[in-house]
Amino acid sequence: MFVCTRYKWIKMGTKVNLISGRTTVQGRNLDSKLSEEYFDEVARCDLNKADLEKLGVAADESVKVNTSYGEVIVKAKEDGGTPEGIAFMPMGPWANAVVSGDTHGAGMPVYKGIDAEIEKTGEKVLHVKELMQTYMG
Amino acid sequence: MVEVTDVVCSLCGCVCDDIVVEVEDNKVTKVKRGACSVGKSKLMGHNRIKSPAIRVNGELKDCSYDEAIKKAAEILAASRRPLLYGWSSTVCEADKVGVELAEELGAVIDNTASVCHGPSVLAIQDVGLPSCTLGEVKNRADVIIYWGANPAEAHANHMKRYSYVSKGFWTEEGKKAKKLVVVDVRATKTSKMADVFLQIEQGKDYLVFSALRAILYGHADVVPDEVGGVSKKDLLETAEMMKGAKFGATFFGMGVTHTGARQNNIVNAIQMTRAAHTHTKFTITPMRGHYNVAGINQVCTWETGFPFAVDLTRGYAWYNPGELSATDLLIRQECDAALIIASDPGAHFPGESIKHLAKIPVIQIDPFPNPTTEFADVVFPAAVSGVEAEGNVYRMDNIPIRLRKLIDSEYPEDEAILKRILDEVRAIKEKEGN
Amino acid sequence: MAEVLIKNGVVYDPLNGVKGEKKDICIRDGKVVESVTNPKVIDAEGRVVMPGGVDIHSHIAGGKVNSGRLFRPEDGRKGLEAKTKVCRMQSGYSVPNTFAIGYRYAKMGYTFVMEAAMPPLAARHTHEELVDIPILDNAALPLLDNNWMTMEYVNGGDMDLLAAYVAWIMKATKGFGVKIVNPGGTEMWGWGKNCSLNDTVPTFDVTPAEIIKGLAEANEKLEMPHSIHVHTNMLGHPGNFEITKETYDLVKGVNTVKDRQVMHTTHTQFHSYGGTNWGDFESKADAIAGYINQNDHATIDIGSVILGDTTTMTADGPMEYSLYQITGRKWTNHDVELETGSGITPFLYSGKSPVNTIQWAIGMELALLVEDPWKIALTTDHPNAGPFIGYPILISMLMSKKRREESSADMHKVIYDKALLPSIDREYDLNEIAIITRGMTAKALGLHEHGKGHLGVGADGDVAIYDMSPEETDAGKIQKAFLNTKYTIKDGQIVVKDGEVVATPDGKTYFVTPECDDKLTDEMMVKLKDKFDHYYTVTLNNYPVQDAYVPNPYEIKTQMRG
Repeated sequence: MFVCTRYKWIKMGTKVNLISGRTTVQGRNLDSKLSEEYFDEVARCDLNKADLEKLGVAADESVKVNTSYGEVIVKAKEDGGTPEGIAFMPMGPWANAVVSGDTHGAGMPVYKGIDAEIEKTGEKVLHVKELMQTYMG
Repeated sequence: MVEVTDVVCSLCGCVCDDIVVEVEDNKVTKVKRGACSVGKSKLMGHNRIKSPAIRVNGELKDCSYDEAIKKAAEILAASRRPLLYGWSSTVCEADKVGVELAEELGAVIDNTASVCHGPSVLAIQDVGLPSCTLGEVKNRADVIIYWGANPAEAHANHMKRYSYVSKGFWTEEGKKAKKLVVVDVRATKTSKMADVFLQIEQGKDYLVFSALRAILYGHADVVPDEVGGVSKKDLLETAEMMKGAKFGATFFGMGVTHTGARQNNIVNAIQMTRAAHTHTKFTITPMRGHYNVAGINQVCTWETGFPFAVDLTRGYAWYNPGELSATDLLIRQECDAALIIASDPGAHFPGESIKHLAKIPVIQIDPFPNPTTEFADVVFPAAVSGVEAEGNVYRMDNIPIRLRKLIDSEYPEDEAILKRILDEVRAIKEKEGN
Repeated sequence: MAEVLIKNGVVYDPLNGVKGEKKDICIRDGKVVESVTNPKVIDAEGRVVMPGGVDIHSHIAGGKVNSGRLFRPEDGRKGLEAKTKVCRMQSGYSVPNTFAIGYRYAKMGYTFVMEAAMPPLAARHTHEELVDIPILDNAALPLLDNNWMTMEYVNGGDMDLLAAYVAWIMKATKGFGVKIVNPGGTEMWGWGKNCSLNDTVPTFDVTPAEIIKGLAEANEKLEMPHSIHVHTNMLGHPGNFEITKETYDLVKGVNTVKDRQVMHTTHTQFHSYGGTNWGDFESKADAIAGYINQNDHATIDIGSVILGDTTTMTADGPMEYSLYQITGRKWTNHDVELETGSGITPFLYSGKSPVNTIQWAIGMELALLVEDPWKIALTTDHPNAGPFIGYPILISMLMSKKRREESSADMHKVIYDKALLPSIDREYDLNEIAIITRGMTAKALGLHEHGKGHLGVGADGDVAIYDMSPEETDAGKIQKAFLNTKYTIKDGQIVVKDGEVVATPDGKTYFVTPECDDKLTDEMMVKLKDKFDHYYTVTLNNYPVQDAYVPNPYEIKTQMRG
C-alpha cells in the first residue's frame, strides 16, 4: 500500500507512532554532541520487545525510520517502558532528520506523535558530521 | 585548591545554586556536591571551539576575532531578512545586546522557547498561568503532578530540591506525606516513583485534561468509561486526590507542548488547574529546559513587548508566532542570513528547517562545537556562562539568580562579542549612509 | 561647566512656597544654582514651569509587570512605535515596554517614578527592568508584610529584631522603603484563602493589624525617608472603608522624627467603598477624606480610574483571583515563597457600568474632598486603575468642574445618587496640581531632602515646562499641555523638546541602607539563616542584589535609633 504525502511516496510497513524526548545521557552531552557517548545514546530508537520481534530486529541492530518527511538509520534498543506501537528516539539530529518543519501555524513542529514506518536495514548509522553533510548542497 | 560554594548551575531550568566545587590552576577540578550528573558534566567542561573561524571553500579556517567580527557584521548588514536565534544558554546581559542588534538590523529575533515552551506562552496569552515559585511547592505541596515530563532524566534535581522528595515547612515528612502523579505515554524513571501513573495513549493529553476538568467541575457523568487509554475509575481517583490536596502543583513538559494539539493542550492543562483551584490551592508551572530560556523570554518581553518570534523589520516589534518562529521562517526559506547563539538548531530543529539554514550564511557564537558548527560560516568561541562568566538568569519559575564566574577564560563573553558585532554593523551602516 | 537658564517662566515650586511667580531658574552641572554665567538659554515665554514630576506609586518594573506584558500581546500591539535616531522601539498601552515607560513619563514632565512593589526574592528582576527604563530616576519598595520573618518577629513582639530584618532586606534588595500589601492575606492565599484586618493568620498567629503596626514602628526606628506604604486589607470589597479607617487608627500613636506622615495608604480609591455588595455599592470618599482632614499622621494617593481597558496587577493574590472570577478573563498568579504573591488580570473600566462609574468618581472625590493637598498624591496606581498616560486627563478634571460635569453626563446615571462628584464645586489651581504631582510626593517619600520635587538651590535640575499659560482654563488644552511638555529637563539636560524625546540619559536608582547594631543583626541572621537552610530555594549568599544591578546608584544612609 502506498500513500501520497506532501513530500514523497513512502512504503507503509511496520507502523509506529514516533516520539522524541530527553534522556540523562543526552543531557550530559548537550555541550559535547560530537562525542561517542552522545552518538551511542542519541542515534537510537527504543521499541517494545513485541515490536522488535515483529521487525525481526535484535537490540543494537540497525533500523531505518521513515516518515513522510524523511528517513534515518539508527540502532534499535529494547525498552520495556515503551508501549507497543510507540517508538522513542532521544531528541537530537537523528530524530529530527525525520521531523517535518511544518508547524501548522503554531510555531512548534510536531516532535512527538509522528506516523513512522520502521524496517530492518543493513545500512550504517551516520555519525553527526556525516548526518549534517546530508543537509548541504 | 580553592573551594567555591553557592555555585549556580548553568544547565537546566532548575538553576540549582547550592553547588560546591573545587578550583585549582584555573580549572574546575571537582564538583563536590549539589549538582546532578548533567550539571556536573557542564561544570567540569567539554571540548571547546578553539579559535574564531571563517568558512572558506567549505572548510572552517581559523582567523582572528577582528576578522570574524568584520565578516559577521558584513553578512548581517548585507542581509535583507536576518534571523537572530537562540539566546537561552546565555545570560540576560547578552540577550539585551541581542535585542539591540535585532533592532539595529531590522531582524527577526526568536529564541528556543519556540521549540520548547512556545505553545505554553501562547496558552498563557489565552488564559493566564496560576503559578508560584518552586519554594512554594517545596514548603506546601502535598500533591505533585508531572505531566509529559520526565524530571528524573531531564531535570534531575527537581524532585529533590523543589517537589516530591524535598522537605519544607509544612512538608517536613517529605515524600511520605505526599502523592506523586505521573502522566506519560511511556513508563519512565519518573513514573516508576509515582503513586499514580496514568499511562495515556500518545496524543490524547487533551482528552485526559478535559476529562479531569469535567470531573473537577462536577460533571463526572459525561466522562466515558475510558479516556485516552485511562479508565474512568483511575480518572475519578486522580481527581479526588487533587481535590483532597492541601496544595497541588502541576508541572508539565514537552510531552504536551510537542504533540499535535500543542498550545491547546496547555490551555486545557491550565483550565484543569483552575478547575482544581475551585476546590483547593492548585498551581501549574512549565518545566523550562535551558537554564535561561525563561530569561530571554523576560528580556525580549520587557524590551520589545513580546516574548519570542518578534520581527523588527518595521522598526517596531511585530509579534506573530507561527509565522515568525524560526522553524517557520526557515521552511519558507525566507531568511537570508542567521546568527545562532547559545543554542543548537543543527541538533534540535527539524531536518527540513536545517536544510535552509545550511544554505544561508550562518554566524555561530558558542563555547562548544556542535552540529550547527558543521554548516556555520563564521564561528566565535565564547566563554562559558556560569563557569567563566557571570550574569543574570531566570529559573523556570522566573526567579532571577546571578551566575558566578569560577575561572578565567581565554575567550570573550557572549555580551562582548555581540557588542563588537553591533558596533561594526553600525559602522558599516554609517558608511553606507543609513 | 554645563549651564542652563530658564527665563520668563511662571514657576510653581510649592516646596519653596513659589506659587506662579515669574522667575528664572539657573542650572549648573545638573543642579539648581543661584546664578549662571554663560548658560544655554531656554525662553519659557510665560509658560508654566514646575519641578520634574515625582510619581509616588506606579508599577513599572519587575516580575508582575512583565508577566502582564507577556500575557497581553493585545495590549503590546496598542502602543507600537518604531525606533528613531534617539528612541528605541515602543510597545504597549497599559503595560508599555521599558523604553516607552521612560519616554512617556518624560514627555509628561516626570523625572522620578517609584516602583510600588518589589518581591525581595525577585528584586534582581525589578532592577534589571529599572536599568532599562530610560531617563527616569527611580526606586522600588520591597514587600515586607507577608514575610515569615516579619510575622514571626511581630508575633514575638521583637520590634528591634524586626527593624534589623527590615534593614537587611532594604540592603539586600537595594530597596527604598517598606511596602505592605494585604498583610497576612497574601500568606493565607498560599492556601487559597484571604483575611481581614483583625483575623488571625494561622501558623504565624498574628493579625494584619499587628503586622502593620509592627512595621510602622520598625520603619520609624530606622528613620527611613519614607513612611510605611500600605495597600490595606480587603481591596476592592464593598464596605471596606471602615477597614481603611481602622488601619489609619492603628498607627496614630507611632512617633517619627521625620517631618512626614507615619503611614501612606495607596490607591485609596479602591479602599473607599461603601455598601455591602455590588448592588448597593456606593462611594465613601467623604468618610475617608474626612478622616484624612481631621488627622495628620496619614497621607494617601488616589489611584483614580481612567476609563477603558487596562491590566490589573498586585501582590494581593486573592484580590486578583476575585476579580478574575467576576470577569472570567485570563488570570495569572505567582506566589513567592516565604514573602509575598502576585496576581494579574485584564480589566475594562466602562462608563456604562454602575460600579465602574462610582469607582471612577471616587478617585477624584478623594482629591477634591481632602482639603490639604499636602496629604494627597495623584496616581492611577498604574496600571491598576488605568495607565499613567491618563494623568493629564485627571489633572484637567481636577482643574475643571465643567469638564467633570460633561464627563459625568456620559457616565451611568448612578453617578448622580451613589457618588459625590457631581456635588463638588472645588477646582484645583496649578499650585495644587504641582503639590499633588511633585511637592507632596517628594516630601512624602523624603526625597525633597535629596533634590527631588522642588527647584530650590541645590535641587536636581529636573524641570518641566508646560506649553500653557497659567491663566488657561480650557480643560482640553490643559490636558494636552500636561501630556507633552514644551521642555523636560533632566539633571540640566533637555530630554524632551516640543513633545519629542531628544535625549535619553540613564536614570539613577535611589535606595536606602539602614545601619543597625551588629549584635542585633547577628541575632536576626540566626533566624534568617535557618529560613535559607530549610525553606528558601535560593541560598543566603545568592540572595542579595549584587552591585552590578544598580549601575547608577544613589544611596541614602540611615541609622537605627538606639
